[in-house]
Amino acid sequence: MSAVMTNHHSLDQIVGGIVSHYEAKPTALIMVLQDVQKQFRYLPVEALKLVAQKMNLPIAQIYGVATFYKTFSLKPKGKHHICVCTGTACHVRQAPVIVDNLERSLGIKAGETTRDGEISFETVNCLGACALGPLVTMDDKYHGNMTVAKLNKALDDLRGVRPAHTPLEEEA
Amino acid sequence: MTPQTLTSPAQLDALRKRLIERRQGNKTIVTICAGTGCLACGCEAVANAFREELKEGRLESIVELRLTGCHGFCERGPLVVIHPDEIFYQKVKPRDVKLIVDQTIKGGKLVNKLLYKDPQTKQVIPHEREIPFYKKQMRLIFGKNGHMDPTAIGDYIVLGGYSALPKALRMTPEQLIEEIKKSGLRGRGGGGFPTGKKWASCRKAKGEPKYVICNADEGDPGAFMNRSLLEGNPHSVIEGMIIGAYAIGSHDGYVYVRNEYPLAVTNLSVAIKAAREHGLLGKNILGSGFDFDIEVSRGGGAFVCGESTALMASLEGKIGEPRAKYIHTVDAGLWDKPSTLNNVETWANVPLIIEKGADWFASIGTDSSKGTKIFALTGKVNNTGLVEVPMGITLREVIYDIGGGCPSGKRFKAVQTGGPSGGALVVETRDEAVHESLVAHGDVREDEYAQSLLDLPVDFDELAKAGSMMGSGGMIVMDQDSCMVDVAKYFINFLQDESCGKCLPCREGLRTMLTILTRISEGRGEMADIDTLEELSQVIMDTSLCQLGGSAPNPVLSTLRYFRQEYIAHIKDKRCPAGVCKELVSHAIDETCTGCHVCSDPCPTNAILGKTKELHVIDQSKCIQCGACYQVCRFNSIQRVKRGEGDAVQARAKQLWKPHVTPRETAAVA
Repeated sequence: MSAVMTNHHSLDQIVGGIVSHYEAKPTALIMVLQDVQKQFRYLPVEALKLVAQKMNLPIAQIYGVATFYKTFSLKPKGKHHICVCTGTACHVRQAPVIVDNLERSLGIKAGETTRDGEISFETVNCLGACALGPLVTMDDKYHGNMTVAKLNKALDDLRGVRPAHTPLEEEA
Repeated sequence: MTPQTLTSPAQLDALRKRLIERRQGNKTIVTICAGTGCLACGCEAVANAFREELKEGRLESIVELRLTGCHGFCERGPLVVIHPDEIFYQKVKPRDVKLIVDQTIKGGKLVNKLLYKDPQTKQVIPHEREIPFYKKQMRLIFGKNGHMDPTAIGDYIVLGGYSALPKALRMTPEQLIEEIKKSGLRGRGGGGFPTGKKWASCRKAKGEPKYVICNADEGDPGAFMNRSLLEGNPHSVIEGMIIGAYAIGSHDGYVYVRNEYPLAVTNLSVAIKAAREHGLLGKNILGSGFDFDIEVSRGGGAFVCGESTALMASLEGKIGEPRAKYIHTVDAGLWDKPSTLNNVETWANVPLIIEKGADWFASIGTDSSKGTKIFALTGKVNNTGLVEVPMGITLREVIYDIGGGCPSGKRFKAVQTGGPSGGALVVETRDEAVHESLVAHGDVREDEYAQSLLDLPVDFDELAKAGSMMGSGGMIVMDQDSCMVDVAKYFINFLQDESCGKCLPCREGLRTMLTILTRISEGRGEMADIDTLEELSQVIMDTSLCQLGGSAPNPVLSTLRYFRQEYIAHIKDKRCPAGVCKELVSHAIDETCTGCHVCSDPCPTNAILGKTKELHVIDQSKCIQCGACYQVCRFNSIQRVKRGEGDAVQARAKQLWKPHVTPRETAAVA
């Protein structure tokens, strides 16, 4: 259960709220970081420092955990998130073809974010819906039995819902 | 209704009786599978359509709609089953709902187009239990999934849930452990360690408090039975853990579950809350004086955390590195206290054993492996999904009778069991290519054929003897289109990526193996590479700290054993027989092309040329071997041939090709 925040709160309040939700228990460190990441779509260094301070843990341990587990990212992620399952069942049903095509159409490698900050794309080892492979999730929506043709359509749909312009695009 | 805290087994029985009475009557029940597979196929829209249709027809008082856990037959989702007649509708779309309500619910008739049709016999099968996919299964653990709303504790209680708990609480912990020992239950996470023995050691261990932990960090790609159990029947796992905790003398439990399984986390949390409110968790459970509670901990996504010591480190909020196990976790595990870690499926077996008795449980299965096992049948097989079968069934029965064999008439090649670490292959050893490899490997004489491994009974020890393993239950079927060098490369890549990096053999050894395998798959390998792979495998297995490294080379060794010829083809002939390894393959269109254009649309480099209804040609200079065309072609007209031979195939196609007359055109002419 993640603690609910609004944008008006300062970083200190947000992190403080999450940490106290888990009663600052050291066992909850991974879940605290998951909730922080949910708020910011990545783990900002300032937030990690605050977690260390509020949980009374060495920053080295926080950094260790934040870089050890796959879930965490120290770099900002895109507004939309695409995940291609590359588990064994998906692999034998041609998931690599899907990954190749996605890399080409987005112009980024797995694990990167498009320059406009819109779409992040990564591969994951198994999503546990192996019967539907190859499987792709887009913003947590599952798309089973993926083909290149379906992928292109789903990508258009995903791009279609994005706002007309974003501050990042204006800069570019 | 405010939940009532139950303070005695009698109150639990009374509640069960009340709930059952309230349910009696002629209500039609529509169950919709809402497991992750069916959710992905759009079962929510189907459920909404039912809600509207039932409301419109004022049928809400006589028809109950129930969203249940996974039914297992993911291939055919979304699934709808109408009770009490058990009418099984598959691949249901929202627009079909009106038809089901009008014809089946109101009219008592079947909707033929939504019924399951046996692909082989073409026979239409209306009832769930008669479908071949379900017929050979023995759904002891999974059986309740399709009948209950996982978020409703009442549904579980009505079906007899929490009736093992009072029985267990009346026994002494020693009696309980004896019962589990007698049942012959072995760990379902892969190792197959006797559960009763583990509990006994933990009970005897010195130190307080003691912990029970449920390992739901199902990281093995290709396995999702734990996910479906937690999503579909979380109370069975909770009940098992309470019983285990009582036997061991523990008051604190943890479930370590993958964060990639959000629905499992939600359903489990809802179930724990309900159990607490009913007095089934917390202080003085059912008035017995025994206290126990469970906390849910979400994992951070690291494969190595499925290993017991790494999991416990992760539970402590640290990085998930395993430690050497000179001291077992039953003596010093979580926070260095005695801890019992069991897999989700193992915990779910416990209430069943207590309820029906160890003798009953021990009567199912083989001498050394008792009960049932859930397998995730996936990959190149017709009926994908979750299957629960009695131990001792043969792999052939699972893959062919339940799974329906390989799709599109392709040839079966191998089935991979046990996940990546320990991932061994079971093959048809009577296959000619495999036989050749075995002869080259010195396993059999040229004139002697090995027994087909597919006829091995599914049993911890039988599989181990044959060099395979039960593992957590992933069963990934591969057909002629799977390249075994590519499969080995895939697993080693996975494992070197997931290696925690603590010990050198695993960290550096796997990386070197990947470099060699990549070289071979790109046609730059040498024969000496095979020897190096075998030598490295031995060192990694002998010297790694934990089982991730200790079993990591298995996929390489087993593919080398059964498919050595494929390695040699890559090295000597620069050819990938299955047509998978990109660097060694050319895509070409043969004379069976109908000119339907389907392949040219997804081609990212516009390399496919040809007019509608005329032979298409792939421009070999433009093709990047991405495989998009191969994936979409409905006529198997795209060939994956040896690199450089594409033009020759297409030149021959040009000579042989004839315009295709489609049935519609024939009709028009007539």
